[in-house]
Amino acid sequence: MSTLTTRFKHLTALGLVALSLGAFSAQAQTVNLLNVSYDPTRELYREYNEWFAQQWRDEHGQSVNIRQSHGGSGSQARSVIDGLDADVVTLALAYDVDALRQRADLIPADWQERLPGNSSPYTSTIVLLVRAGNPKNIQDWDDLVRDDVQVITPNPKTSGGARWNYLAAWGYALEEYGSEEAAFEFVEKVFANVPVLDPAARGATNTFVQRGIGDVFISWENEAFLAVEQLGRGQFEIVVPSVSILAEPPVTVVDANVDRKGTRAVAEAYLEGLYTDDAQRLAGKHFYRPSNPDIAAEFSDQFPDVNFFGIDDVFGGWDKAQNDHFNDGGHFDTILENIARNR
Amino acid sequence: MTTLAPSSFLRSSRSRNVIPGFGITMGFSLLYITFLFLIPVGGLLLFTMTQSWDQFWRAISHPQVVASYRLSFGASLIGATINLVFGLLVSWVLVRYQFPFKRLVDALIDLPFALPTAVAGIALVTLYASTGWVGQYFHVYGIRIAYTQIGVVIALTYIGLPFVVRTVQPVLEDLESELEEASAALGASRLTTIRRVILPALMPALLTGYALAFARALGEYGSVVFISGNLPYLTEITPLLIVAKAEQYDYQGAAAIGTVMLLAAFVMLLVINGLQWWSTRRFSH
Amino acid sequence: MSELNTSAQATPVQLNRAAEWQRATEEPEWVRRSLIGIALAFLSAFLILPLLVVLVGAFEQGLGVWYAAVTEPDARSAIRLTLLVVAIVVPINVVFGVTVAWAVAKFEFHGKPFLISLIDMPFAISPVVVGLIFVILFGSQGWLGNWLSAHDLQIIFAVPGIVVVIAFGTMPFIARELIPLMQEQGKQEEEASLTLGASGLKTFWYVTLPNVKWGLIYGIILCNARAMGEFGAVAIVSGRIRGETNTMPLHIEVLYNEYMFTAAFAVSSILTGLALVTIAIKSTVEWLEQRTGVTA
Repeated sequence: MSTLTTRFKHLTALGLVALSLGAFSAQAQTVNLLNVSYDPTRELYREYNEWFAQQWRDEHGQSVNIRQSHGGSGSQARSVIDGLDADVVTLALAYDVDALRQRADLIPADWQERLPGNSSPYTSTIVLLVRAGNPKNIQDWDDLVRDDVQVITPNPKTSGGARWNYLAAWGYALEEYGSEEAAFEFVEKVFANVPVLDPAARGATNTFVQRGIGDVFISWENEAFLAVEQLGRGQFEIVVPSVSILAEPPVTVVDANVDRKGTRAVAEAYLEGLYTDDAQRLAGKHFYRPSNPDIAAEFSDQFPDVNFFGIDDVFGGWDKAQNDHFNDGGHFDTILENIARNR
Repeated sequence: MTTLAPSSFLRSSRSRNVIPGFGITMGFSLLYITFLFLIPVGGLLLFTMTQSWDQFWRAISHPQVVASYRLSFGASLIGATINLVFGLLVSWVLVRYQFPFKRLVDALIDLPFALPTAVAGIALVTLYASTGWVGQYFHVYGIRIAYTQIGVVIALTYIGLPFVVRTVQPVLEDLESELEEASAALGASRLTTIRRVILPALMPALLTGYALAFARALGEYGSVVFISGNLPYLTEITPLLIVAKAEQYDYQGAAAIGTVMLLAAFVMLLVINGLQWWSTRRFSH
Repeated sequence: MSELNTSAQATPVQLNRAAEWQRATEEPEWVRRSLIGIALAFLSAFLILPLLVVLVGAFEQGLGVWYAAVTEPDARSAIRLTLLVVAIVVPINVVFGVTVAWAVAKFEFHGKPFLISLIDMPFAISPVVVGLIFVILFGSQGWLGNWLSAHDLQIIFAVPGIVVVIAFGTMPFIARELIPLMQEQGKQEEEASLTLGASGLKTFWYVTLPNVKWGLIYGIILCNARAMGEFGAVAIVSGRIRGETNTMPLHIEVLYNEYMFTAAFAVSSILTGLALVTIAIKSTVEWLEQRTGVTA
């Protein structure tokens, strides 16, 4: 009897300690989350982070402090590979996310199947931004190879967005002219018209918008909207090409980091939250195409219909596209050599 | 590199010297240089050597990389030469002549140090783009500055500007006027005095400033990427290529090109510092 | 020069000779004026216009906007981080600069040009390569990566990494100011002090230091400015976490990339202003020093 009571006492004491500890940690501890993202998502995540922190506090009584890091997609992936402590990454293309697996084994091979829509809660596409009134009368990809047109795009070697640009042009030419050779020639002509090749997408936007260089800017759709709506009202127009690429910027939890830090639950909730109706509306507000068709319908006035093609269908996935086009000795290197020779 | 400096190599000729502290100051300096500089740089060299010679050679001799060397070295040389001429002129004017706001002008020389290079790049492109304050006047005559090789030279001149002025200025201030007067009293014309008396005295400082301006320009990244068009084979500087390689996860390629830059800069600095050391000795005799 | 001018108030013969003398030791008026003109034109194009761009950009929307931009939390944390880094890096560099200058200037040894070239190297190494070097060393895929993560030490993408790359980049500044100065002054004064029985430290403190005081202060100003403004290397090792590992130059780039140009120039204007203030202090003190020196 006496042993039982003492045991009971011990248990109660332990329980009390555990309870108080639990309460203490729930109230006083703030959980930190680091989201490593690419350049154009700044405005979206600023708003989403506030929304998510509110949600998490309401549901779990715990405050969450979300830290942001933005930069070029490739350089951000490189930082995470080299030890930047990201809980989640939200990058421009699957190739950069997959590098976390290939080079540092930070995420499992099936990472892209873990969330709906190839782990892309929002999509975008590549459009053409021209100056008000469209003085050079640019209507489609074909106009980009004209002699009198200067084209602005960032460098596909360093900018994720520019890789989408390049592949969009290639995909168009492939469909229009029917052969890889014709597509190569077409893309070479586009790049021969490029006077400034910024390393990153935001720099290219500044070159086109602030410095007034170039007649047409190949751009993320969301960046083009941002330029039209916020940077220079009435100074720019968006031209939607006849076909373009479906750009899927993917997100993932960085497993190695969240398991070490014990932040998996909140990190997963953070990404799943991106698929809620509220977050999908936020994405639409910041000019990303919501992946949820119902919410996308709400924004149908904003987003014109585009004939999309996908990277998997036309290029056989990112690994192959990267290898054929952008790695050293790929098509893009040859294009640069040819342009230098003809200059 | 470290094998070049055995203990006998760095020994003071102590027999004629009563001044103490060689051991401790040299010891601490070497320790600091070793930990902060030699080991990390050695790490880079070792890392570069983990690749095969073939791989290394391919990385550093690709035509695109060679074109970037040409631009980086060429534009740095032009920039440093502009700074040599104008730096001498500016320090001469600041030391010898009086004019309004001299102190203010003197203080402003250091601006290129103080302004973060990225800000300098943004400011320069704002000025020299064809829509910019200055660029528009050149644009009328069909001359483009920003996004061309001229733009690269301008950025590299800007960031190297203080070096020649700040190395020449103190020497010019300390230069005793008796020498010039003696030269004049012996019947030398002003030009001869400048050529035979003043310039030789300034030579070590000029060379140092030139070396520093050149070296600084060679590695510059932040300001150039804004004002250069960054076009491969045309306006792409070597440091930008290194970043591009690293961002494609090609650390070995980046390290290979970095090593070339490192060795080239070191050899040139060694030559110029040797020259300077030689001319100091020659002048003091 | 002033003696020459006073000697010009004399007889015609003397006047004539004085003019001749002046021709031989000074440049004619028109040469002076054109030299000043050329120098100022060059400096305007390269120094004053970029400064104006920054200042106009910072203040064109009024003081209120400027103030809001520099007191916003992320800006404040960037300023705090930059000041912290400077407070660590500058004193280390002072110690290194003084000791290495002493060794180089007061002693003869073989390989001196080699050593001086080594000190110069951080200038020549692209900031980009500096960043790369420390990623190769301390990155989690790097040489010390496993050891660091086993001991739960974070160097890059945290403050220590930023301190190290900035210390690397600013290594030459103070040393480079002091070496030529101390070389030029020779060692007679120190030798005299030592022969009179003063200790080495005392000699350094009372003889050498006063002689190189201005070079040292100037070196500190340069080192300080450079440490605050370092960009390329920090960009690679910082990880760009908002409000945490962004120094002022990185924060400026962030603002520029968010199309907040006024705010970007506002934060730049602080760096510029700090540099101008320190330089102004230096000039004033120097001027006071000269005046007391003349009357004494």
